[in-house]
Amino acid sequence: MATDTLIGAGFTDPVFQSQAAFRALLGALSEPGTLQAIHGGIAPPEGLHAATATALLTLADYETPIWLPPALRDGPAGAWLRFHCGAALVEEPRRAAFAVIDGAALAPQLTDFDPGNDQFPDRSTTIIVQCAAFHGGEAVTLSGPGIATRREIAPAGLRPGFWAEVAANNAAYPLGVDLLLAHGDGVIGLPRSTQIGGAA
Amino acid sequence: MTVHQTLPGDETSPAYNYAYLDEQTKRMIRRALLKAVAVPGYQVPFGSREMPLARGWGTGGIQVTAAIIGPQDTLKVIDQGADDTTNAVSIRRFFEKTADARTTEATEQATIIQTRHRIPEAPLQAGQIMVYQVPQPEPLRKLEPREAETRKMHAWAEYGLMQVKLYENIARFGEVTTTYDYPVMVNGRYIMAPSPIPKFDNPKMHMSPALQLFGAGREKRIYALPPHTSVRSLDFEDHPFRIQSWNEPCALCAATDSYLDEVVIDDQGSRMFVCSDSHHCETRRAAGHRGAMLGDAAASGLVASEESTS
Repeated sequence: MATDTLIGAGFTDPVFQSQAAFRALLGALSEPGTLQAIHGGIAPPEGLHAATATALLTLADYETPIWLPPALRDGPAGAWLRFHCGAALVEEPRRAAFAVIDGAALAPQLTDFDPGNDQFPDRSTTIIVQCAAFHGGEAVTLSGPGIATRREIAPAGLRPGFWAEVAANNAAYPLGVDLLLAHGDGVIGLPRSTQIGGAA
Repeated sequence: MTVHQTLPGDETSPAYNYAYLDEQTKRMIRRALLKAVAVPGYQVPFGSREMPLARGWGTGGIQVTAAIIGPQDTLKVIDQGADDTTNAVSIRRFFEKTADARTTEATEQATIIQTRHRIPEAPLQAGQIMVYQVPQPEPLRKLEPREAETRKMHAWAEYGLMQVKLYENIARFGEVTTTYDYPVMVNGRYIMAPSPIPKFDNPKMHMSPALQLFGAGREKRIYALPPHTSVRSLDFEDHPFRIQSWNEPCALCAATDSYLDEVVIDDQGSRMFVCSDSHHCETRRAAGHRGAMLGDAAASGLVASEESTS
């Protein structure tokens, strides 16, 4: 089919669009739980939210292997990332610098990705979790660096047990993966330093 | 598409990318910054580039600023608190040239503050980003010269050596004699070098509403403090951490709560104490605060006279 082989456009103004997107990502991870808008001005390929596509276009290149769910990897999204980022698409989650997962899918688990090692905790995977909405899900309370007291979020469309996985990820601090929840053109950062509590 | 800028008189050929660094380098630094923010106080290695000034003159800070700055930003650059010293002026002009940066000397108007060895006296605000130039990012380096060993000490939070060093200071001199680059514990996990800021500034880092980024160009390390992060200066229960204090106020603006530089003013050894933060001092003088030596300094043309500041 013609649409399978066509690769959509990337940034029209790479310098300034990636700079603006990066500042949104920096804001997301330095102030976990705040909703940041990424306006990349791009039409994402099928299967990726605009925020996911813009974040990868901003951060990924030939140095950073990307893991995608097999359906996306073999589809237009994989071709789009190969073309625009020049990134390798890997099959083993543990080899990925960046990963995109569907929040509702039961596999892979967060522990399947690279948590870094004790001497180089920075070598861990950054996972973009695509979710159904930022409201209406199970409410959790966040605390830790970047949060003055506490912050509450309730993203929807996450698999059962997801928050237990995130809490276990935080328990391994300073090791662990860093999460970006993405929906539409919004992101919420959940670095490994953030502690997860129940609803207030 | 405004990817390239051109040099004056040479409109045809592109000179260099926006903010000097190429896009691949910016991506590499940005990835390091995001990991640094996720693990506060941990030093992330990065591929530091050659910059058009010598290493040790702020290349780490410049590379961090170049990776984050955009058209919406207003940049302030200070060197030992002053906006008008060589390093600050050069770096400010570098970003005016390469990134068309809007610059300011007013702390509260800046969105990015690149600094060498001071934190401004005016309280930092949410949304501001501090960028520190760091000569030696490894707080344990003077105690253990081998990188392979200090890396393990951080990995296992094996920080006894640092406590012993502070203890030996107290045993020999009765107090901790470190006055700048005073080691801090970040988020209860990593010991971090706050860069050579005076220990007077350490308390300003604790739970600051601003994002703080550190770049060490020669040593190729980036680290960060997200807003509202615990930063505790190391001490002992019976020897609590203390900041410097002075017996006299600033000679120009009479401030009693700012960090003062001691300036020798003649061959007889007379000296004066003035605010290290030049913008803070000017703001106070403009508001009518008068120090004991302001009249003399204005008469000899060293500072603006009262008529011209008001």
